[in-house]
Amino acid sequence: MISTDFTWLIGGPQGSGVESGANIFSRVCAEMGYHVFGKREFYSNIKGEHSYFAVRISDQKIHSNVNDVKLMASFDAETIFRHYDEVVSGGGIIYDADLDDITTDRVHTLDAPFRERLHKTLESRKKPFSIAGVLEIAKENGVKLYPVSFKAILEALAEETENSRLKGLVRMFNVIGVSLSLGLVKMPPDSLQKTIGTIFSKKQEIAKINQQTANYSYNYATAKFEEFPHTLSGSQKEPGTLLVQGFQGTALGKMACGCRMQPYYPITPASDESVFLESNEILEITDDRPGSTAVIQTEDEICAMGMTIGSALTGTRSATCTSGPGFALMTEMLGWAGINEVPVVITNYQRSGPSTGLPTRHGQDDLLFSVFAGHGDFPKIVYASGDVEESFYDTGNVFNYADVFQVPVIHLMDKFIASSVVTCPRFDPSKITINRGKLLEKIEGEYERFAFTEDGISPRSRLGLDNGIFWDTGDESDEKGHITEDPVLRVKMMDKRMSRLDLILKEIPEEEKAVSFGVEDYTVITWGSSKGPILDAIEMLKKDGISIGLVQIKLLHPFPGDYVTSLLKDAKTIIDVEANHSAQLGKLFKQNTQRNIDYSILKYTGRAMTSTEIYDSLKKIVENKAEKREVLMHGA
Amino acid sequence: MALKMADFKTDVHNDWCPGCGDFGIVNAIQMALAEMGVERDKTAIFSGIGCSGKTSHYINTYGVHTLHGRVLTFAQGAKIANPEMTIVAVGGDGDGLGIGAGHFVAAGRRNVNMTYIIFDNGVYGLTKGQASPTLKLGEQTKSLPSPNTNYNVNPIGLAVASGFTFVARGYSYDVRHLKDLIIQAVNHKGLSFLDVLQPCPTYNDLNTRDWYAGTDLMDEAQKRHSRIYKLEEHGYDPEVHYNEEAEVNERLAQALIKSLEWGNKIPIGVFYKNEIITPYTTRLKDKIPNYLENPPAKQNISKNGISNTNISHILDSLEV
Repeated sequence: MISTDFTWLIGGPQGSGVESGANIFSRVCAEMGYHVFGKREFYSNIKGEHSYFAVRISDQKIHSNVNDVKLMASFDAETIFRHYDEVVSGGGIIYDADLDDITTDRVHTLDAPFRERLHKTLESRKKPFSIAGVLEIAKENGVKLYPVSFKAILEALAEETENSRLKGLVRMFNVIGVSLSLGLVKMPPDSLQKTIGTIFSKKQEIAKINQQTANYSYNYATAKFEEFPHTLSGSQKEPGTLLVQGFQGTALGKMACGCRMQPYYPITPASDESVFLESNEILEITDDRPGSTAVIQTEDEICAMGMTIGSALTGTRSATCTSGPGFALMTEMLGWAGINEVPVVITNYQRSGPSTGLPTRHGQDDLLFSVFAGHGDFPKIVYASGDVEESFYDTGNVFNYADVFQVPVIHLMDKFIASSVVTCPRFDPSKITINRGKLLEKIEGEYERFAFTEDGISPRSRLGLDNGIFWDTGDESDEKGHITEDPVLRVKMMDKRMSRLDLILKEIPEEEKAVSFGVEDYTVITWGSSKGPILDAIEMLKKDGISIGLVQIKLLHPFPGDYVTSLLKDAKTIIDVEANHSAQLGKLFKQNTQRNIDYSILKYTGRAMTSTEIYDSLKKIVENKAEKREVLMHGA
Repeated sequence: MALKMADFKTDVHNDWCPGCGDFGIVNAIQMALAEMGVERDKTAIFSGIGCSGKTSHYINTYGVHTLHGRVLTFAQGAKIANPEMTIVAVGGDGDGLGIGAGHFVAAGRRNVNMTYIIFDNGVYGLTKGQASPTLKLGEQTKSLPSPNTNYNVNPIGLAVASGFTFVARGYSYDVRHLKDLIIQAVNHKGLSFLDVLQPCPTYNDLNTRDWYAGTDLMDEAQKRHSRIYKLEEHGYDPEVHYNEEAEVNERLAQALIKSLEWGNKIPIGVFYKNEIITPYTTRLKDKIPNYLENPPAKQNISKNGISNTNISHILDSLEV
């Protein structure tokens, strides 16, 4: 059997249905048994700027995107200008024939630096600055062109269905693009009809129009389009497969592990998680009355963090969800949670900084900031998940860490995960264990919230518990929680809190600290979402007879230096791969293992890494042709 | 057994300056809690930073001494998670109306069922007497190198405009009256705000106890003319009685106008009261019907150490 590895790209102005088009395509492919890895790119803009979705499908498990696009569906000029060169020889471009004459100066959303680069290319190839020009290059690259008038399709469809309203319905362009694509690759048409029916199950009328449009366009492609070398007829569907959006992993994890309060302030790319939680705020509880999550939109991230802490003091599992700029505002309170030993979880969907940076783009920029966040010394945990599936189970774990060690936990996620759409095995909530640590249900006799104990963790009361009165303060405090400035007590309290860092390293199981995917002479270390493209790149290198190891570090603070050192003892060359400028993990690694990084592969364009570009860099490293610091640039 | 005022005192040494107006406020809070008969472990005092921040340590209930300007954020989180709690937040005017002004306004809009008391003395005491948001433009208290260059915030006006549904002013040297105001505030269904005039004997040499008492206004017969008078003794009706725009607007406007009175006549008492606007807890109940019976803090989240939340219908909808 020839294995399938097919990337489809759809693009268009923001607000024109790119996302829903990609949703239909992804669902059809997933229904047909393919593994799906889709990624959305968009501007910080509501309507008009260019957005696109690259959906990679395969009959093998995949963890990332690749550079090569096999088929592109575009219904605007900008998509063609920006992506024509990503389509490989033997691939195809379906485009609106009415756009042929559009020149670059007519597309106002083409920003100057991009336009300049494009003009240079067109000039050197002696092509006009128009759609016709770039398509000529594509053709010379061996790309098949499939021009079709989207307007003519709508007109013909209007006539056929005797529904004149359809004629001007440009918002159907996305469905036309998807259906033409599926027709071209000969995907069985039933799955398309079924998927549209499912997506619009609550809007019968809209479902019908979409299905008619899909049917017409699909048939148009099979009847009128020239043969395309790639067909997608379906794969073996694994039972219990989910098609999830990246942010749903932590959200579902929070529901399952009993997070019942989430104050938040809107910020890209984190808010989707809170909105999803609120959309599902009433929870079904086995053998009990319904539960609920109070999702509170606050006036700023400071309030979000304050409310989260206030709620946690009542014994409620509480979290907030934010991105770098919001997390920056929370850091004073992080210290308060630290000194008062309050278990809270901060889910940080990182984006590209500094400051507002690239607000809708990817970056793993906040690692060192998270590790060092807050003034003064206090214990906290920084933990990172590598993909959406991990993030579901990790969410259960980080709430346990918070409760057991009575510390704030920063759970690092990122934009790459948040805006990806992937297939993965159904989450299993029965694997979510719940450990509240020393949270008390009942108190009799004298109680001291910050009592000294053997393991440095005091039994925890909660606001409202009988006989459990305590005081909290951001000042140094005595065992009851009253302010003290006594030097001797200060040292005891500081030592008590900070001893937790050793306890954390002792108690958290090794497999939750770091994951080894094999250690070889050349071994990659990474954290967070870079894991996916690295795994796929390693598979590609295997086919070339090159073995590369990978260690994914999940517990980043306190850093499991001894464990990571032992994992890497047979590695001769260590390669750090991460999406930031300064190789932040590399710094942390060196600090905690006294070992140097030999190479780093970094990306900070704001776009996620593809496995192709990691493959290229790793290969260069093995062939001794690489720079010590490889910087990746792929992606529009 | 009914608790007495003494039961609400802790043995923590109180290190406020002798003659500080804060003593009267703490006493009034303790008296009010005893008189209302609240349970100590169902009550929490949240405080900000500054002299007033220490209040929570002097009161024998749950006490949460938070961060500068942020007291309302912590307090609202606790109240929403556990609506059974009686929650009183306290802080200074610098804390609540300077660094915390954003939270003050947002809290008013939310109208969570709790009480916020500002200890209003016109200065930042703990940092040696800088001008605070309620000090008037051009005034120069004793540690200021030059007169205040900022216009003052009007706490009552700001509260009324922000959506607080109970807005009152007390005076820290009229402890009984203040105690009554606190009881009304705590019993109010919604967010109640109390602006308490509290002379700082160390740094505010303008708005002193004598100044409030009007000793400078004595006439020839040595008769005192206290600046402070009580609204309720002058037929002022603060309450919104029925749910009509004209009625609400009239009460709001009246409170706003009254809040501007200052100088030789300073009103205390209730300026505005509106129980027609729903508190936040009710708004949550509209979304989550059993919120009050089964709020976040009461929910059972596990069975034998395993999640008891059934998310299968959501997973089903994501399954392909």
